Amino acid sequence: MTTTTAAPSQAKPKRRRVAAFDKQIVKDALRASVTKLDPRVQAKNPVMFVVLVGTVVTAIDTVANRSGFGLAITIWLLLTVLFANFAEAMAEGRGKAQADTLRQMRTETGARKLRADGTEELVPAASLQVGDVVVCEAGDAVPSDGEIIEGVASIDESAITGESAPVIRESGGDRSAVTGGTMVLSDRIVVRITAEPGKTFLDRMIKLVEGTNRQKTPNEIALAILLAALTIVFIPVVVALEPFGSFQGAKVPIVVAVALLVCLIPTTIGALLSAIGIAGMDRLVQRNVLAMSGRAVEAAGDVQTLLIDKTGTITLGDRMASAFYPATGVEESELADAGQLASLADETPEGRSIVVLAKQRFNLRERTMGPDYQFVPFSAATRMSGVDVGGRVIRKGAAAAVKAWVESQGGTFPQELQDRVDAVSRAGSTPLAVSEGPRVLGVIELRDVVKDGIAERFATLRLMGIRTVMITGDNPLTAAAIAADAGVDDFLAEATPETKMELIRAEQAKGKLVAMTGDGTNDAPALAQADVGVAMNTGTNAAKEAGNMVDLDSNPAKLIDIVEIGKQLLITRGALTTFSIANDVAKYFAIIPAIFQASFPGLAALNIMRLSSPNTAILSAVIFNALIIIALVPLALRGVKFRAASATAVLRRNVLVYGLGGLALPFVGIKAIDLLLVLMGVH
Amino acid sequence: MQAAITIIVLVAVLAVAWRFLGDYLAAVYGGRVRWLAPVERLVFRALGVDPTAEQDWKTYAVSLLSFSLVAIFFTYGIERLQGFLPLNPQHLPGVTPALAFNTAISFVTNTNWQNYAGETTMSYLTQMAALTVQMFASAAVGVAVAIALVRGLAARKRETIGNFWVDVVRGTLYVLLPVAAIATVVFVAQGAVQTLAGPAHITDALNRVTQTIPRGPVASQESIKQFGTNGGGFFNANGAHPFENPTAVTNLLSIILILAIPVALTRTFGKMVGSMRQGVAILAVMTVIFAGTLAFTAISESQGNTAVHRAGITAQASGNLVGKETRFGTFDSALYDVTSTQTSTGSVNSAADSYTPLGGLGMLSGMMLGEVSPGGVGSGLYTILLFAILAVFIGGLMVGRTPEYLGKKIQAKEVQLATIGILVMPITVLVLTAIAVETAAGRAAPLNAGPHGFTEILYAFTSQGNNNGSAFAGLSSNTDFYNIAGSIAMLLGRFGVILPTLALAGSLAAKTPVPEGEGTFRTDSPIFGVLLTGVLLIVGGLTFFPALALGPIAEQLAAGRIWP
Repeated sequence: MTTTTAAPSQAKPKRRRVAAFDKQIVKDALRASVTKLDPRVQAKNPVMFVVLVGTVVTAIDTVANRSGFGLAITIWLLLTVLFANFAEAMAEGRGKAQADTLRQMRTETGARKLRADGTEELVPAASLQVGDVVVCEAGDAVPSDGEIIEGVASIDESAITGESAPVIRESGGDRSAVTGGTMVLSDRIVVRITAEPGKTFLDRMIKLVEGTNRQKTPNEIALAILLAALTIVFIPVVVALEPFGSFQGAKVPIVVAVALLVCLIPTTIGALLSAIGIAGMDRLVQRNVLAMSGRAVEAAGDVQTLLIDKTGTITLGDRMASAFYPATGVEESELADAGQLASLADETPEGRSIVVLAKQRFNLRERTMGPDYQFVPFSAATRMSGVDVGGRVIRKGAAAAVKAWVESQGGTFPQELQDRVDAVSRAGSTPLAVSEGPRVLGVIELRDVVKDGIAERFATLRLMGIRTVMITGDNPLTAAAIAADAGVDDFLAEATPETKMELIRAEQAKGKLVAMTGDGTNDAPALAQADVGVAMNTGTNAAKEAGNMVDLDSNPAKLIDIVEIGKQLLITRGALTTFSIANDVAKYFAIIPAIFQASFPGLAALNIMRLSSPNTAILSAVIFNALIIIALVPLALRGVKFRAASATAVLRRNVLVYGLGGLALPFVGIKAIDLLLVLMGVH
Repeated sequence: MQAAITIIVLVAVLAVAWRFLGDYLAAVYGGRVRWLAPVERLVFRALGVDPTAEQDWKTYAVSLLSFSLVAIFFTYGIERLQGFLPLNPQHLPGVTPALAFNTAISFVTNTNWQNYAGETTMSYLTQMAALTVQMFASAAVGVAVAIALVRGLAARKRETIGNFWVDVVRGTLYVLLPVAAIATVVFVAQGAVQTLAGPAHITDALNRVTQTIPRGPVASQESIKQFGTNGGGFFNANGAHPFENPTAVTNLLSIILILAIPVALTRTFGKMVGSMRQGVAILAVMTVIFAGTLAFTAISESQGNTAVHRAGITAQASGNLVGKETRFGTFDSALYDVTSTQTSTGSVNSAADSYTPLGGLGMLSGMMLGEVSPGGVGSGLYTILLFAILAVFIGGLMVGRTPEYLGKKIQAKEVQLATIGILVMPITVLVLTAIAVETAAGRAAPLNAGPHGFTEILYAFTSQGNNNGSAFAGLSSNTDFYNIAGSIAMLLGRFGVILPTLALAGSLAAKTPVPEGEGTFRTDSPIFGVLLTGVLLIVGGLTFFPALALGPIAEQLAAGRIWP
């Protein structure tokens, strides 16, 4: 069915994309930085909690001793906590803004509930229970998630997907699901509600983008343990400094001890850790993928086997004419001419591609069809289509069908042509035979067209250690040919839900994590079994329930992006952890000589940055420690630039940039701040 | 020149040890070495052990702890009762309780910290039946734990990590006893003392004095003291005493014996996990740190003594010879003492107290990094593997996958156990040092004031917290405070690391390995070596840098420049 594209509904706002540094988000984040100072919030992050406690300690000491230096340290420690809060609030901000937009979309109008006797009743959408049946007509909003049990309609799903082109939904089969909050543009459908109130897809989506139920992912927990340990160990290091010093007559002021502690504990990664996680989920949302849990995003980074649907990911989905093979005694142009005639009225992509090829090869222009032009449409009985024009009877179709057709008219299907048919099949293409009257003219090859650049993408995946397996319903011959063209590592031909499931189990038994996409109800078990199951939004509710991600664009090729986002999330965490730890070296060289050079003049030799005074040295280290958080917020939100390469290459690069960079940068930064402080007259 | 020859011989012999002892150890712990099978069977029957029964990590740990506990009581008992026991030609009285307790723990934990002078405190029976026995036992325990961890890494979905009793018996029977026996003969041949006849009394007719020269079963203790990275000397002077370490040959032999098992275990590790490159990667990191520290210490010592320089003697062509035996010189002394502190041995052939501050720093640093280069028998391997797991975790995240080591995913539990195992030592050392410098009992002990005195205390706890046992000297540590605080350090430094290590072995054994691919972070690559070295230096450096700054660094820089 072709729909007359109705004017896109203006009634509902389209889901808008929000820029990461939107003014409103920054404003809200600034406010949240302060409200997040609540110790109950801080206690969830041991690293920042220590900083907060340290701030209180220095504040008390500052008041008691009325020291300007203490005040400066206190202010910068407080800023350190605020900056961390700001980073988290910024990461949450975009999700919150999107959730607000989504909330506006929730239907507040009534639903037309269908009573058992067939009469309608207007009820609030929120009162709908599973199993209720409602009616929606053009202009109505779908009140809740459901399945069409009667009718077909074009639906504007832009509220959910952001995509304004309407989609067709009809009862029966895999295109019967409708989502609450979408808009019916034409026709009338009867929908059986499948979601409990408050648990619709839209509700879940709001919770997900807002991060209400955000739980720490396994790697995040492991990293948090490491950061807590690195915080705990520095407490005795710093506390012991006082006795170590006083044994030799050197005093360590409490403000300085706190400053050193804050500089040593991994505040950079501690401050940015949750922002990185939230931003990772958000990056998926920006690409219109909803992950049901952070765990799934992390698992995506670990995936070692990708099950890829041939159609839509590897091939364009439609076969295209690629060659004419005339029978002996037939000119190629004659075959092209007949093929074109037979396809002129054929609106299928295959038909159009024959016309296009004929034009390319023999410059055969499209002809206007006269009144005597009689199009014979494809039927399941004849398995042929064609045209009767001016006494010419032209047919095209599957070789077997055309063979039967010409033989019934006393013609023959030559052996050499049969050989050609087999050869074309073996190459993974579909042979289409063309006949005129009892005479077979030849064969047209219809090829699956592999998407541009897909082979390179698979090569990249291989470099990253990910095996790609093409899933197709084609026979093994065809599948093998396309697999070779596309450069996948393996293929599963004549795939059924059962064989898919077997494949997943076999890979998992080898210790591998598997990702796949699916949309049909029969994909549901495999989607549930896979470690990363991406359901297409156009798919059934069963599929969406089974997977742990939903792609709102219903583009199976996005699976590759998802894997990259998962990896990027982990890399960002690892890189900033390395950076944070490496930073400590320079801070020691700033603070240790500053504390002790009065008692041990020789230790001034450790002041390799030649910082101007002990006070500016300590203050510079604290300021650097605070500012680096703010400086890295964009990186935390955007993620470390991902380059597909082998693990060793990625590691080498990141160790160089974040390890060595983390060692060197603070030396430069602290020195610069020190110079600035001196310029400002601080000493 | 002589230094170069020493190094060449050392490397060559260790290469041979790595190749053959490494494979042999794998065979022993794999149960494939059977040449003492009848003896083995007898021991198992006596112990009531079924050699085929495997233990999960908890049972393994309980076995280990109860074995060690019994050993502590046994050693303590002999020390206390030695006055009533035979083989006491000097008629030495029972050891005082605090000292006996400290010494028992010291030898059971492979530390061999000695708050006593052996020749005037311990009877021959105590030296042999209490101390030397524990030198074998504690070494066997150390290797067993390392093997258990490696089994955990190599296993595929298993509950068990081996059998503690079997590992200890086989390690002792097939490795420690035979090598120690042969080495003893060499020591005796070179002039080390071996007798039960009691001290020699020599009358100097000219000066009309009678000199008592202590002797005893020295050589038999000497061999396992080195081979088991124990370090407890028969005499107070330890490896500087000519009866223990008579010649340059025994000096080099000692160093070889110390390094043999720790170095060879990297090959055993590679063999057991099925990839020799993994073992080589670990060995390479160990070698780089060892060589760096040796160069640092040897150069520091060759610069001469600052105090001597200040006294007006500017030409010190032989370097800093204060506190060193002239028959060894600065290089052989530095090599011996660095070897001893880079492992958990702690025997010394020269006085650490008299090293230049930076030379002393070199010795301290080996212990402060957790003794991983190559570390004690077994303990070196399992400690560096804890660091490797940490490095894998940090580095693994950077390649975008849940980090895995040898196919085993490193998750929250593994990170937790590895960090506990790594951090228990620095926390113990820092806290106990802080307590010592804050309390009168602690402050009374050091001989010197200022940075040097601080170093004396810091060194004592660093040595005991790492089960090293070497003494900086200058610290009168046979007091209740130091005996008890030291015992705490030794117990935490030993079992505070072993328990998380065994738990880790259990947790890793239960995992299904992830197959290796292009996306796997390779732990046999140079970049991993760099990362592991970085993690070791940064974690060790960051925790101890302030303490070092106030100790050896402040002392060295007091003159305003690094070298005299």
